[in-house]
Amino acid sequence: MHVLTDNIGFLMGGVLITVELTVLGFLGALLLGTILAVCRVSPITPLRVVASVYVEFFRNIPLLSLLVLVVFGLPDAGLTLSTFVSAWICLALSGSAFACEAIRGGINSVAVGQAEAARAIGLTFTQNLRFVILPQAFRVMVQPLVNTFIGVLLSSALAAVVSVNDLTGRAQFLNLESAEAVLCFLFAGAVYLVLALGSGAFGGWLERKVAIRR
Amino acid sequence: MSVNRVLFDAPGPRARRRIVYVTGGSVIVVLGVLGLALRQLDAHGQLAQYRWRPFLTTPYLRVIWQGLEGTLRATAMSAVLAFPLGIVLALLRLSPRRVVSWLATAYIEVFRSIPLLLLIYAFLLALPRYSINLPIFYKLVVPIVLVSSAVIAEVVRAGVKALDSGQGEAAVAIGLRYSQVMRLVVLPQSLRLVLPTLVAQLITLLKESTLGYAVSYPELMKQGDFLTARTHLLLQTYVIIAVIYVVINFLLGQLAAQVERRLRRRPGGSAFARTRELDPANPPGARLATTA
Repeated sequence: MHVLTDNIGFLMGGVLITVELTVLGFLGALLLGTILAVCRVSPITPLRVVASVYVEFFRNIPLLSLLVLVVFGLPDAGLTLSTFVSAWICLALSGSAFACEAIRGGINSVAVGQAEAARAIGLTFTQNLRFVILPQAFRVMVQPLVNTFIGVLLSSALAAVVSVNDLTGRAQFLNLESAEAVLCFLFAGAVYLVLALGSGAFGGWLERKVAIRR
Repeated sequence: MSVNRVLFDAPGPRARRRIVYVTGGSVIVVLGVLGLALRQLDAHGQLAQYRWRPFLTTPYLRVIWQGLEGTLRATAMSAVLAFPLGIVLALLRLSPRRVVSWLATAYIEVFRSIPLLLLIYAFLLALPRYSINLPIFYKLVVPIVLVSSAVIAEVVRAGVKALDSGQGEAAVAIGLRYSQVMRLVVLPQSLRLVLPTLVAQLITLLKESTLGYAVSYPELMKQGDFLTARTHLLLQTYVIIAVIYVVINFLLGQLAAQVERRLRRRPGGSAFARTRELDPANPPGARLATTA
């Protein structure tokens, strides 16, 4: 038990870095994902093509491969970033592909009749989006976006491979230092479990909160 | 049928002109960004021929090929173990026995909520001290199977839930036992419903095999490490490896989409419509979709 009580500050610092990475990465993914989703439904062909290629690329490239390229590869091309910033960028890039699909799925899930009805009573494109489509689409997006958030949380552990000192990295470090290895991993696992289940529960609550009672 | 077709009317002359302008502008911006990236690379000599040529020679190709073999072997082994285990877990979670269902739920929730890397480190660093020392290949595969089976279980369960409950009820009505209902009626149809999602799950497995890098199992990423340690062509090596991953995963994604199209055309496609929310790319159980 000593290994945990003696190093609680060290481990909590790791938790903080993990949470920072996750929240920043998710916000970046949300922002990029929204832009991409708008591009994918826009009537501008090049934007649609670029967004589709982007999504296919970042959905299919393993995050570790991306991390190695950005952390070790970019300095060779004259761009040196700290490992934290690199990991953040990678999480945002790969997360945005999934966020984009979640947002697009939300927009597509609104029944066509809704948009048609809004058109029929003479709402313009923006009014249609603002008053009819988006309020309904947001409700459907909640769960997929929470899943994206949890995905980013779990992916953030990969940053430990490129020597970011997050929770996973610190658990691994303590494991090398001390004899009570299993405790470190149990603690780290428990923290991830609480964070993931916590966000899942929050997502469920939010979904019920915003649900339309029909 | 997507909403955006009715969001706006067919564009008039003014809107069409605006679309042309924005199209032109966006082409210029995209090409500009690509150009800047290439210039940056060129300025640091990363595009020089001598840095890319070696990858066409046999020794380099052999190292990469060995990596690809390792990747495929790890992915295949994970799939062979994780899919049956996932189906069993889904059945256990659906079991009418409270304790069994609860245990399966606990397993699924736990392994869906911890990062794969942490689990791999545990198998790599912690467990050997308690004399649980697997061969390197299984230090990679076993954690992948533990995590993926939980995700697959959720996908399968979603399929069972999406299946018309009349199917199971009819099977009970003609006197089948619970195990027969599941084995003969519910499971075959449910699995068909989630087949595209399950195929897409192969992408996740393939991505997760990259963690062989952390356990020094010679798959693509580790072989890339081996190459760069000797040649210092880091950017080139990993760009090529990334392209290989993207191509394989893209093909798997196309396969999943193809399976989905075929299923939609078949009779009974109406049941398939209910699984529309089971987007293969974003399945309900797959928080892990982005994990690797």
